[in-house]
Amino acid sequence: MPEPILKIDGLNAFYGDFQALFGVDLTIQTGEVVAIIGANGAGKTTLMRAISGLLPSAASHITYRGENIGALRADQVAYHGLALVPEGRQLFPSLSVEENLLIGQHVGRSGPWSLDKVYTLFPVLKERRNQASATLSGGQQQMVAIGRALMANPDFVMFDEISLGLAPVIIKTIYDALPRIVGQGMTAMIVEQDISKALAVSSRVYCLQEGRVSLEGRTNTISRDEITRAYFGMDA
Amino acid sequence: MDWVSAIVQGTLLGGLYALFAAGLSLIFGVMRLVNIAHGDLIVLAAYLGLSTTTMLGVHPFVALLIVLPAMAGIGYVVQRGILNQTLGDDLLPPLLVTFGLSVILQNAMLEGYSADPQKLSAGVIETASISVGALSIGVLPLLTFGIAIAVIAGLQFIFYRTKVGRGFRAVSDNADIAQLMGLNKAHVFGLAMALALAVTAIAGILLGIRTSFDPSVGGARLIFGFEAVIIGGLGNLWGTLAGGVILGVAQTLGAKIDPGWQLLAGHIAFLVVLAARPNGLFPRVDQ
Repeated sequence: MPEPILKIDGLNAFYGDFQALFGVDLTIQTGEVVAIIGANGAGKTTLMRAISGLLPSAASHITYRGENIGALRADQVAYHGLALVPEGRQLFPSLSVEENLLIGQHVGRSGPWSLDKVYTLFPVLKERRNQASATLSGGQQQMVAIGRALMANPDFVMFDEISLGLAPVIIKTIYDALPRIVGQGMTAMIVEQDISKALAVSSRVYCLQEGRVSLEGRTNTISRDEITRAYFGMDA
Repeated sequence: MDWVSAIVQGTLLGGLYALFAAGLSLIFGVMRLVNIAHGDLIVLAAYLGLSTTTMLGVHPFVALLIVLPAMAGIGYVVQRGILNQTLGDDLLPPLLVTFGLSVILQNAMLEGYSADPQKLSAGVIETASISVGALSIGVLPLLTFGIAIAVIAGLQFIFYRTKVGRGFRAVSDNADIAQLMGLNKAHVFGLAMALALAVTAIAGILLGIRTSFDPSVGGARLIFGFEAVIIGGLGNLWGTLAGGVILGVAQTLGAKIDPGWQLLAGHIAFLVVLAARPNGLFPRVDQ
């Protein structure tokens, strides 16, 4: 077994007094696409916020390429090559489309992604490069959010609910682009409400239930029944 | 003709008020911090100018080469050392802490420089004037106004055309997400305060050349700065210049009617704008 790119060990996460994650263990190998599924409030977004550094945790609980990054701030984590496409896009409203993409470049890592590459991936963004980001449609905003994360040339990227609230045709465009994104040797973690979508693009899946891992396995060997049980926490 | 002259003088005075206000506006825009110590920092810059000119025997404008980086440095250190800890969802802590800072600054300046009024001596430029028709326009006020325009144009450029400015706007929009992009909020806020106090250095030197100052005059500069920002509309730097001009013209026109009316006329103009257009005359249109 090679050294995993990301190893999470007994991770607890809190919002004030409320505990959202209870001893979560998780391992991701380089180049894997891992799906995280689970009901609302299961802790999927919390997990991503903790990995990205937005939610503080103990240093040793999160190891990235052999380094303990659990106690780092989000901006320090970004320099290590992790990126997050946050739920609800969260673009910067006072920045233009192009400025939103350029700010992704702030960490200054070298790699395959550039403004031109993002425009090739999502040509519609090039036409709207000087527009205020808030004037775009939801799908186009999602493309900017994905492009913004790619501009950092991360080795590990987390996608939080990228299809939420989007029209099916847009979801298809974005999922069609996904292999071209992760095909470059990038490791990815995908949180998705639509389980069949999540299973279709991933090689391994973790199911969270009330802040704990309730199921882990390879997508091609896991049965629908097992998922249902892990998802709802009862016998189907 | 006297009235035209008053309006011209007031307009040029507005340039100085815009310089008082620009730093306030910038800080509020980037980090929602209302800096009560801003006026005292302007006076501090004037005193640093005084120390530099007396120690090195240089012209106040040359002293800027030392005062400007010194104020910027003070800004960065104070922001990272103190003010960043006060920022959060609540507007009150930074207000209280900068109020405390204001009291400390005033007393420290009193201790270090005494209560005697001081003035920066800039030589012939102080009294030089040029004649335009029947009008006589002071070179110093004209220069001050020109500097105000240049400073605001410079700030606009930094905000909308540079990487640092993009960082300011991103952190102001959403600090968490900006953090994900690798922007350290604490550092970005430090840079914003450094920039604001660099402008304060320019304002302080020009203030010290124009009038005499003592450790207690900061409060009034803060008020003028606030009024210019509110009249012009929050978050709009060119609006701030317009706000400064309106305030300056109101003051000189008031003084024309009766010398005792100078400050009152300015405050009345401010209240009228606040009552009629609570968001200011040129509020930023959020896209």
